[in-house]
Amino acid sequence: MTSNRYRDILKHGAIWAFILVELTFFSIAGEYLSVSDKAFMDFDNMLLLLKQSAPIGIIALGMTIIMINGNIDLSVGATYALSAIVLLDSMTWPALQAMGDWAIPLAWGLALLTGAILGAINGLIVWKTGVDAFIVTLGSMLGYRGLVFMINGEQPTSHLNWTLVDFAEAQFLGLHTASWFLLTAALVLWLMMTRTVHGRNAYAIGNNREAAVNAGIRVGPHMMWNFVLIGFLAALSAVVFYSESGSVNPNDGMLFELWAITAVVLGGTKLTGGYGSIISTLGGVIAIQLLRKGLGHIGAATETVNLVIGLILIAVLLLDRQLNLKGKQELKI
Amino acid sequence: MTGMTKQRIGNILAKQGILIAFAVFMIGFAIANQRFIAIDNISGVIRSSAILGVMALGVTFVVIGGNFDLSVGSMMSFSTIVVLDLHDKLGPALAIPAMFGLTMALGAFIGFLVGYMKLNSLIVTLGMLSAIHGLTLTWSGGKNMDIADKAGTWFSVFGQGRILGVPVPILIFAGLAIFFTVVLMKTPFGRKVYAVGGNGQAATFSGIPRARIVFLTYVISAFCVATAGLLQASRSLGSQNTVGQGMELQVLAAVILGGASLMGGSGTIFKTVIGVLILGFIQNGLLLMGLAFYVQYVVTWGIIILAVWLDVAAKRGRLWSPTA
Amino acid sequence: MSESIPVLRLENIVKTFPGVRALDDVSLSVLPGEVHALMGENGAGKSTLMKVLGGIHAPDSGRILIAEEPSVMTSPQHAKARGVVFIHQELSLADELSVAENIFLGELPLKSFGRVDWKTLYDDTDAILKTLNVGFNARTLVGDLSIANQQMVEIGRALTVDPRAVIFDEPTASLTDAEKVVLFKVIADLQAKGVGIIYISHRMEEIFKITDRITVLRDGQYRGTLNTAETNEDEVTQLMIGRSLDLSRNVSHHEMGDVALEVRGLTCGKMFTDVTFAVRKGEVLGFYGLVGAGRTEIAETLFGLRTPSAGKILLEGQEVQINSPIDAIRHGISLVPEDRKNQGLVLGMNCRDNMTLPQVGDLTAGPFVSDGAEIAIFDQYRDKLDIRTPGWRQIAGNLSGGNQQKIVIGKWLSMRPKVLIVDEPTRGIDVGSKSEIHNLIRELAAQGYAVIVISSEMPEVLHVSDRIIAMFSGRVMREFTSEEVTEDTLVQAISGISADKVA
Repeated sequence: MTSNRYRDILKHGAIWAFILVELTFFSIAGEYLSVSDKAFMDFDNMLLLLKQSAPIGIIALGMTIIMINGNIDLSVGATYALSAIVLLDSMTWPALQAMGDWAIPLAWGLALLTGAILGAINGLIVWKTGVDAFIVTLGSMLGYRGLVFMINGEQPTSHLNWTLVDFAEAQFLGLHTASWFLLTAALVLWLMMTRTVHGRNAYAIGNNREAAVNAGIRVGPHMMWNFVLIGFLAALSAVVFYSESGSVNPNDGMLFELWAITAVVLGGTKLTGGYGSIISTLGGVIAIQLLRKGLGHIGAATETVNLVIGLILIAVLLLDRQLNLKGKQELKI
Repeated sequence: MTGMTKQRIGNILAKQGILIAFAVFMIGFAIANQRFIAIDNISGVIRSSAILGVMALGVTFVVIGGNFDLSVGSMMSFSTIVVLDLHDKLGPALAIPAMFGLTMALGAFIGFLVGYMKLNSLIVTLGMLSAIHGLTLTWSGGKNMDIADKAGTWFSVFGQGRILGVPVPILIFAGLAIFFTVVLMKTPFGRKVYAVGGNGQAATFSGIPRARIVFLTYVISAFCVATAGLLQASRSLGSQNTVGQGMELQVLAAVILGGASLMGGSGTIFKTVIGVLILGFIQNGLLLMGLAFYVQYVVTWGIIILAVWLDVAAKRGRLWSPTA
Repeated sequence: MSESIPVLRLENIVKTFPGVRALDDVSLSVLPGEVHALMGENGAGKSTLMKVLGGIHAPDSGRILIAEEPSVMTSPQHAKARGVVFIHQELSLADELSVAENIFLGELPLKSFGRVDWKTLYDDTDAILKTLNVGFNARTLVGDLSIANQQMVEIGRALTVDPRAVIFDEPTASLTDAEKVVLFKVIADLQAKGVGIIYISHRMEEIFKITDRITVLRDGQYRGTLNTAETNEDEVTQLMIGRSLDLSRNVSHHEMGDVALEVRGLTCGKMFTDVTFAVRKGEVLGFYGLVGAGRTEIAETLFGLRTPSAGKILLEGQEVQINSPIDAIRHGISLVPEDRKNQGLVLGMNCRDNMTLPQVGDLTAGPFVSDGAEIAIFDQYRDKLDIRTPGWRQIAGNLSGGNQQKIVIGKWLSMRPKVLIVDEPTRGIDVGSKSEIHNLIRELAAQGYAVIVISSEMPEVLHVSDRIIAMFSGRVMREFTSEEVTEDTLVQAISGISADKVA
């Protein structure tokens, strides 16, 4: 009983311990290897890191919920791109341009709505056809990407709105706008998953779907709502990022699903569902970004980042398996 | 009586749905554009599908064995870059076996983790997708790779050559498809792959070395990836580091389209080939109709979901999911 | 109690599935404050009846009356709202959630903005846990609880409403004696409140200890209701098993051969300790004990699926190392596992491929599997074991339990094993096929196979075995020959009561 508790603490704490190790390592290694004179643990550097974590981070939060619920979403990268196009494209529409800065909230709203609708389509298909979410979203990953090209063509779309850029680059209490969005989203979703009936039911469904069905929980609407949510979050991520960059390429967001899943798994969420935490995912996102920056800081080629992250993901899996082994007498199947 | 007929139709659709869909598409495209069924067009489609197709053959083994392989795209980039690089350093005669060795070593590593260490294949291959991409970039230094003397090498024969008028990639694809069909349908190993994927526990209880079988499916997959990398490198004689990016999901789409269950234990090489060809012909047909390449993405989306939905619906005996 | 109206009445229920009349005019009534046992062999229709009551199956005809009011049940939740609550044998809990969340699963108390009202939830849960008198609280994670305590959580679920009727489905299957006492106390409390209870169990001693009446089903038909006080085990068994099943004691007429398998001091962690026995060629050795006594684990160890921490295994006098099923098969040890669907068969594969699976690597012509050799084996064992299937192409999952079991047995017989271990040979198999399997086991012994049979059904063990080993809590309590064994001594041995006496 207590060993379970220890394991739980270990699991929740592991990602933060890993972040500490990273910080220490890069700080010390940086002293000897750094290409710049700046210290790694520089405050501004850390703030920037948080900001840079935001795009993948916001999506990873949604992925956590989807995975706790026992599903997966491979279409988030395409949803991200499509929402970005809606955001930038809609601001060039005459109707919106006539509205001056009021176009901004409207464009945001349209982009977020796009994300939510794309999510809803996934959710509805998963719910009503009973086809596995992996396959449904594998399909819509292609399909939504196709829509991106159909709406946008093959050329990048650009539209810089300086009011928007100012907003996106602003700092409030030292944090960038993007960081605020990431942290607020994390807080809201954490509250949702730990405090609301929907959140608890999502855990129950992922943990033991049959039990949830037997207890009369309506599995479908809960899954649907979570898909809407991840679509919305993918759009939110796009909105935050492209408000500043102002230019979207139809291939943007590719492989985001894989990065998001990596962050979620690093944070300890179970692939089979029913277990995981929003806060740990935040840790996973930060750990990955830290690794990226840290490797750059000590002068490692940027290429090695992918290699290291991939191997760390596998190492985490191996470690998790070792922790869960029940001993030599276990059935060898 | 009508219920029976409905059931029958459902069964036929589920079992042969993919062939029917294939036929409908072919006829539709042929009516829309005569050029579609011209021999050179068909041969062109198969030739350009060969790289994806060869990879799909290997992934079919992995999926029948009950696992995923998301690393094949990234691994294909790796083998392409490696063989191109070694071509100039060692010469093609050594570069090719060296590249096969390295790629299959990666496959063996994945097979070890999934088979012997029993790690979740989705995450392992996701991690390897990233890691191998890093490996490729490290190998190439992030630069594109080109063969120095493009005109003077026999290396181009795999991607560009013809034997008796048939493009070599088609011969290789067809040859491997036949070979792997025989392996899967006729050998004890093939039977064991089905058993391990169908019910791993029962396979273990029947004395089948589950870990070794899973391991071998990944080695086969890596062999196919290496072959695909060879075709790719030989066709273009130069490559970006990201040449295979995203192919893992297209490959999976082809395998699923072919009707292999992601739960393992079902699927055939023949159906995977059909899945690959459907993807290829849809792309080609839509292009011939004057539609941009990305329209095929949307169409593929619809087809994948419909195909799997019909399959699931036939198994549960009702169209809509009973989930409340 | 006698004159009060029934809390629950099932009237002339008929339910047919394609090809099967699962329930044929079954009636049952439960009075307030009564514990009513529902008995019958596996497949007799108990669970179908309960599924009808729970609204999972709609009956073809017949009525459900709650407090004499006709009701149509649409779902278990609907039934629960009407005061009819089920406590399932198979735990249906989310182990990453707290006790409170599990007890109120699907009915968490709400506050504004969809928030969970934790205070109400914990208070209500603690109130329920108090009546159950358990040693954990509302916030404990279910995954941290023992199986018995998880069972208590399952029972706690029934108490979130004021139940009129509670259905217990094999509640004691995984409980220790001390835990059973607690459970029976809970049942007595419910009884005192006037709740009607349906108690489904195979365990006679419990039935006679706590129930008031017994209703017996056989082959989907109502066989009668008896007052517990006025009947005895024989009469109930008679009703349950009826005509055909021959469970007379076994008498071997053939000669026993040499010792085929000998086990000395075999130990595997906490699963079982210091197990010593031997089985001869031509002999059926029965292992009897409660679930969790370590019988299956011994079989798994002999088959190379577990690593023993101490002890020796000798085959025909030679010590052998068995590290995997492959080793076991090579040495001639075969296992027909307990869980047929998950361990015995690849359900999606055809019958022939299932049967030849362990030896498919040897049935080759050149590098290829020889179709002819495979079909020859299949045909031989289909005839020998009388497997009823349209042909070898039939998917194993489509066969009846009895025929599936014969495929698994055929799979191993075709390998000509020295020792055949059969774990729960007739679990989930209809009465007719049961005796066929029993005869088959006897016949195999007569042909000179050494057979080990593990069973939880006493009549089965008594019927097929030449010798019986009684196990309790991972230890061999006593060994009986078929001449000396009696039901009483056997029950004592597996309950651990006679540990001192026997030793």
